[in-house]
Amino acid sequence: MAEPAIKNSEQIDKIVDEGIDTGIARLTPEKIEQVINKVLKTETGARLKTYVETCVHCGLCSEACHYYLSHDNDPKFSPAGKVKQTIWEILKKKGKVDPEFIRRISRIASTECNLCRRCAMYCPFGIDVAYLITIVRRICHMLGVTPLYQQDTAHSHSANLNQMWVKEDEYIDTLQWQEEEAQDEIPYLRIPVEKEGAEIFYSVIAPELKFRAQLIYQAAVILNVAGVDFTMPATPGWDNSDLCMFTGDNEMMGRLKKAHFETAMRLKVKRIVMGECGHAFRSVYDVGNRWLAWKMPPIPVIHAVEFYYELIKEGKIKIAKKYEGAVTFQDPCNISRGRGLHEMARYVVNATCEEFIEMHPNREHNYCCCAGGGVINAGPPYKMKRIKGNRIKAEQLFAAKARGAKVVIAPCHNCHGGIEDIIHHYGLDMELYFLGDIIYKIMEKPV
Amino acid sequence: MHNISSWAWEIGKKLIADTGKWKDMFENIEEPYVSPDGEKIAAVVKTGEMEFSVCENDAPWERRFDKVWYLKFGPDNRLTALVSDTGAWTVAVDGDVWENTFDFVWNTKFGTDGKNITVAAQKEMEYFAVTNDIPWETGFSSLSNLTISRDGKRVAGVVPTVDVSEGEIFKFQEGCYSAVVDGKPWDTNFVNVWDMAFSHDSEHVAAEVRTSLYDYTIAVDGVPWDKIYTSVWMPQFSPANGSVTAPVRIAGKWTLARDGNPFWNRSFAQLWHHMYSPDGKKIAAIVAPKFGRWTVAVDGKPWSLTFGDLVTEAVFSPDGNRVACIGKEDGKWTIAVDGKAWGGVYDMVWQPVFSPDSRSVAAKAEKNGRYTIVIDGKPFKDSYKALGDPVFSPDSEKILIKGIEGDADGGKYYRQVLPITDITG
Ligand code: SF4
Ligand code: SF4
Ligand code: SF4
Repeated sequence: MAEPAIKNSEQIDKIVDEGIDTGIARLTPEKIEQVINKVLKTETGARLKTYVETCVHCGLCSEACHYYLSHDNDPKFSPAGKVKQTIWEILKKKGKVDPEFIRRISRIASTECNLCRRCAMYCPFGIDVAYLITIVRRICHMLGVTPLYQQDTAHSHSANLNQMWVKEDEYIDTLQWQEEEAQDEIPYLRIPVEKEGAEIFYSVIAPELKFRAQLIYQAAVILNVAGVDFTMPATPGWDNSDLCMFTGDNEMMGRLKKAHFETAMRLKVKRIVMGECGHAFRSVYDVGNRWLAWKMPPIPVIHAVEFYYELIKEGKIKIAKKYEGAVTFQDPCNISRGRGLHEMARYVVNATCEEFIEMHPNREHNYCCCAGGGVINAGPPYKMKRIKGNRIKAEQLFAAKARGAKVVIAPCHNCHGGIEDIIHHYGLDMELYFLGDIIYKIMEKPV
Repeated sequence: MHNISSWAWEIGKKLIADTGKWKDMFENIEEPYVSPDGEKIAAVVKTGEMEFSVCENDAPWERRFDKVWYLKFGPDNRLTALVSDTGAWTVAVDGDVWENTFDFVWNTKFGTDGKNITVAAQKEMEYFAVTNDIPWETGFSSLSNLTISRDGKRVAGVVPTVDVSEGEIFKFQEGCYSAVVDGKPWDTNFVNVWDMAFSHDSEHVAAEVRTSLYDYTIAVDGVPWDKIYTSVWMPQFSPANGSVTAPVRIAGKWTLARDGNPFWNRSFAQLWHHMYSPDGKKIAAIVAPKFGRWTVAVDGKPWSLTFGDLVTEAVFSPDGNRVACIGKEDGKWTIAVDGKAWGGVYDMVWQPVFSPDSRSVAAKAEKNGRYTIVIDGKPFKDSYKALGDPVFSPDSEKILIKGIEGDADGGKYYRQVLPITDITG
């Protein structure tokens, strides 16, 4: 299949976004040219050159992308199409592009690609379009053109070292509150704060504090019942998430990861166990640590899926009665394609649920939720675009439902947000859970 | 630690508390903390339904609280805890509470002699610091990066100085934050202010700042250096001449700058946590000479020994001639001193401590769930269920071991003073 010509490239959507609009108004062609060339010269190298020179425009990657499939194979949503509209154009014009062009590429890079890397698996040359789109985001960041909600999240990260403007005392207070609540159920339960020398630092993301405190409650129950020696810090550095990685603010990304790992070192823990979040895992395991010159995370990081696998396999968590509804499972890109945790996830699902119905495709071939890569953080202005950009996920879920699945398990915060919207919009009428929700429901608890 | 010469340094072993018995006294006992001099052991204990206290050497404090956390001994061996009584929070020191109460308190900090105790506090959504029960006169809409001077008399932090709401991204980028010292903000606003340090005389403050989304530098008493960098890490004042140094990032590499000028003549893949020798003549830092390899550099010269996982908690000897640090390779932890690693590897090691004469180095280490003290690479034969940090005697000949003996079910806490030769042979 040859790569189709790009039509409708002028058909940019009319979403008002102050972050982009105000940013654009401040640009001049000279500034654009100078910033682009600086980024290209000082921050990119052989990899960009190779990718650009290697791509034969074959279009084999197109059908990998949920945006392309969901938009009736519109070539402007194909991976190579997005590259063609952005970085190729930049290179071709040697950075001599106008502010309107920047508006377009900011939209494409920030809201039409989840950096999910699915396409890289289908390219015969392994070209990583996500990497190329990341360069576009970096250029947009350096030009000050980022969607408002994403930028605001990056600001929160910078001011508070967490993504939701959570103040130092609010965080500690929430832990104490969840501890008290959970003690009604398990009187001996603790969320030990600042316990130096604990085995594990349990790290979370700010939305758990703000909207999903029950996840902290449930994690506390699971960790206490399993007899895990864990702690949580009483200082910033507790949030493992990282939207700065997605806005292209690499310097802030590094600062966030430094705070996170140094918190682990100060607590003298052996491992960091993080909650069910995909992108944060990518940041601590791959991107952020490397920006700081750590080849691997200095303190090993274990994703919740792997941790649950350990707890169940080692018999530390016992199942009282398997969950009865038929479930399907969303493999989050960052931990399946990114880290290969999909078989462990299946072990956990099979150990905890009566009936598991695979969605297709699955494992590392699963479609992205369309929320990841910072796209959901672009906020309400792009919500419909995000939902429409993943009609294919609705179809995929519907097919699983037709085979009996009533519940979707998604062990990733962004997947959760994205799939929740898809379920509602497309009227799928399925329930949505984290793995922790299921384990909490069905585990043996002391009476 | 403070006034070490007044501690008991006679060789011998003394039972301080039968912590195993605490189980019979209280419904629940949290993890124990040991005072710097080893004379006290304490833990948060549950004394009844929604009722907590602190048990110190076999006896609970008289007062009961509905919540107690953040148990911390100060350098003068006083015991502090953050306590709440019917929802009103304050600080308890050796069982007595401060008069002022707050909606929340956290982040207890001490000056070197322990006399001054500071916490961050929030009351009616106003944020401020409180030192020895005296709150700042002004409150702010948040407070972070609480930092105290060496003597504990001065307190700094980061506060918003311009009202900015979530979503006001362009206002945020104009600079809405500043450092605050003793309740008084600097005159200059920044996009961000992060880690900061006081000068040795407590008169000045230097901080990491960001003046736009892209421009980082160091501000001293509110005045930014005239150079900008793509990133910076925490600055330090020279104890010798008051100049300010900081790791700075230039063209993707890190080096050390002084007062805005290049200082070290080479760069690294990473450079952070630099520190001065006590006399201020030398600077050591944790560096990555290349991606994925970590070591210590003294005055810009890296050790040839490197570690793959990490290097952390470096420390100068009192005479300034030696440096020790923690290193980790392939998941195993050890101590390195002057570019040489100890032979043994451990599941965890704690910050190394130099003897006052700078000759010996001791560290707490963990293997298979038990703890011991290692001196100059030689582990003590006894292992413990829990252990405090080792302390050398003022004459450098003895070591204080603060250890809980026993297994998971029982435990007795002993304070023991040994000649170091009992360990080093
Ligand atoms: S969304 Fe995923 S599949 Fe589509 S272009 Fe981006 S990385 Fe490739
Ligand atoms: S990225 Fe790979 S698959 Fe896609 S068009 Fe280029 S060569 Fe073909
Ligand atoms: S949100 Fe979940 S599926 Fe989507 S990109 Fe992240 S990890 Fe991938």
